[in-house]
Amino acid sequence: MSNSNLPNYLEYKGKYKGIFAWIFSTDHKKIGLLYLYSIMSFFIVGAILGLLMKLELIAPGKTIMEAKSYNAVFTMHGITMIFLIVVPGIPAIFGNFFLPILIGAKDVFYPKLNLLSWWLYIIGAAIALSSQFMNGASPDTGWTFYAPYSFRTQSNVLPALIGAFVLGFSSILTGLNFIVTMHRMRAPGMGWFKMPLFPWTLYGTAWIQLLATPVIGITLLMVVAERVLNIGFFDPALGGDPVLYQHLFWIYSHPAVYIMILPAMGVISEVIPTFAKKEIFGYNAIVISTLLIAFVGYFVWGHHMFTAGMSETSLFAFSFLTFLVAIPSAIKIFNWLATLYKGSIVLKTPMYWAVSFLFVFMIGGLSGLVLGAMAINVHLHDTAFVVSHFHFIVFGGVGFAFFAGIHYWFPKIYGKMYDAWWADTGWIVFFFGFLLLYTPMFYLGIAGMPRRYYDYVPEFHFANILSSFGAFIMIAGLVIIIINLFRSAKNGEKAEVSPWGGQTLEWTISSPPILENFEEIPEIK
Amino acid sequence: MENSEEHKIVSFKTYLIILVSLICFTLLSVFVTKIDLGNISIIVALSIAAIKSLLVFSVFMHLYYDKKMYSIMVAGVILLMTLVLIITFLDYGF
Repeated sequence: MSNSNLPNYLEYKGKYKGIFAWIFSTDHKKIGLLYLYSIMSFFIVGAILGLLMKLELIAPGKTIMEAKSYNAVFTMHGITMIFLIVVPGIPAIFGNFFLPILIGAKDVFYPKLNLLSWWLYIIGAAIALSSQFMNGASPDTGWTFYAPYSFRTQSNVLPALIGAFVLGFSSILTGLNFIVTMHRMRAPGMGWFKMPLFPWTLYGTAWIQLLATPVIGITLLMVVAERVLNIGFFDPALGGDPVLYQHLFWIYSHPAVYIMILPAMGVISEVIPTFAKKEIFGYNAIVISTLLIAFVGYFVWGHHMFTAGMSETSLFAFSFLTFLVAIPSAIKIFNWLATLYKGSIVLKTPMYWAVSFLFVFMIGGLSGLVLGAMAINVHLHDTAFVVSHFHFIVFGGVGFAFFAGIHYWFPKIYGKMYDAWWADTGWIVFFFGFLLLYTPMFYLGIAGMPRRYYDYVPEFHFANILSSFGAFIMIAGLVIIIINLFRSAKNGEKAEVSPWGGQTLEWTISSPPILENFEEIPEIK
Repeated sequence: MENSEEHKIVSFKTYLIILVSLICFTLLSVFVTKIDLGNISIIVALSIAAIKSLLVFSVFMHLYYDKKMYSIMVAGVILLMTLVLIITFLDYGF
């Protein structure tokens, strides 16, 4: 297999020039890269905000900021990381770039709608971030906008709410586009159960994006209405119910965790077989567990609200369902491990990320079960334990899978190889920093340190020093990774068509791909 | 895959019958508010609304004439919404 003679998508001269050739391009690959650059830029902002929080927590009392500033910083850190990074994250970047290629299509079904999704993403991000630059204080509600505080605070919550509302549309349109693309554009011969696993996870995700996102859209508008018109949906003084807000918020926001993690699982399901030189173990089980996670994931939202004052029936139901949703996730872990078993494992950068994903994801998942147990939850609710748990899942899961994916597909995206030594060094530094940053927070939570506090008692000092130190190491790893990838995209060695020996369709086409991916639509046997 | 397109052209007469039925059901739902049915009045109102939705889904939105797959998808969405509502009301009713 050799590279095509047709111009690749990066060299292709379309209607527009310069930056306009990017921001008005309907090519799914360029849109994927637009998302990559936007999301990475926001990620750097979110990471700096996180680092500021860790700097504040390096010693008890005020270190670098006041309590109010700390509230604003963790709110913006949350809004940026959740709404601007991990929710669009892998589907918007790798889904856009690779979904059509993996199913043997020339583009997504609605290319213009795809571009509109990116524009909505940018507009939503601009509105949400404008809250920082307007008169008045930055939002200080946390990314969850819990009522009644969210409609009573004097800070700039409105732009943040409206920004998140607009971002929801971007997510819905991407989900819709992916569903239609997979139904209508699979290459001849590619039945549903011949589809690679990454598209399958995007399919499960797309349904969640389509069905759950409107709930948060309406809920955020209800808070806007509450602030502006004093309607009384959630205000007890007007007959409203603040717990109803929590229900509505988590009806979206828990499935949103699966919007984040399912595509991450898809990436891992592509990387592991390639580097174990084996077919994935239990393809059908992984597909079914993906759909089960997407479905059961809708019904577990109440485990975020065990201490909110729900009825006992609800408590039991949500705790039971939470334990149930762990089963399909565990099925996946067993399948990945069975794929590795007796494989001819090749340890290269993407595989390091994939294997460390298994490690951090399992810690995140199992600590989730700890929190799903009602009696323990009462003790651990709103402590540093919860923060550590969801960073292991969301950052450990999505982040590690993202880095596995970018190191796996980088040669295909840019047609260049990266410096493997620096990439491996970046991984080990990042991995070590990550563990040092979040592991002490499990201990802190169990010992009773609440989350979202800028101060703590002296007993918690040592573990906080370790954690803050870990944050700096992790950021150092991140800097190594980003610089290495930037340099390699410019000056790396030319990549072959299939540098890792992958078996899916993207490894049969040029690196980088031509404009419409395939000179001829492949027929799957 | 699934590229065979055969759009059923629904007759004007069918659309008209559905429109008239929808208007009749609307009038009926107004009419039943005049009768004191006690606790079941909300069930009656929702049932009329459900029948109206079914007519719109199946004829105006062509689900009746399209592949069964699309009906299954819509039914799945309605099932999901029902389950979410039931589970939410576990907190309020029990």
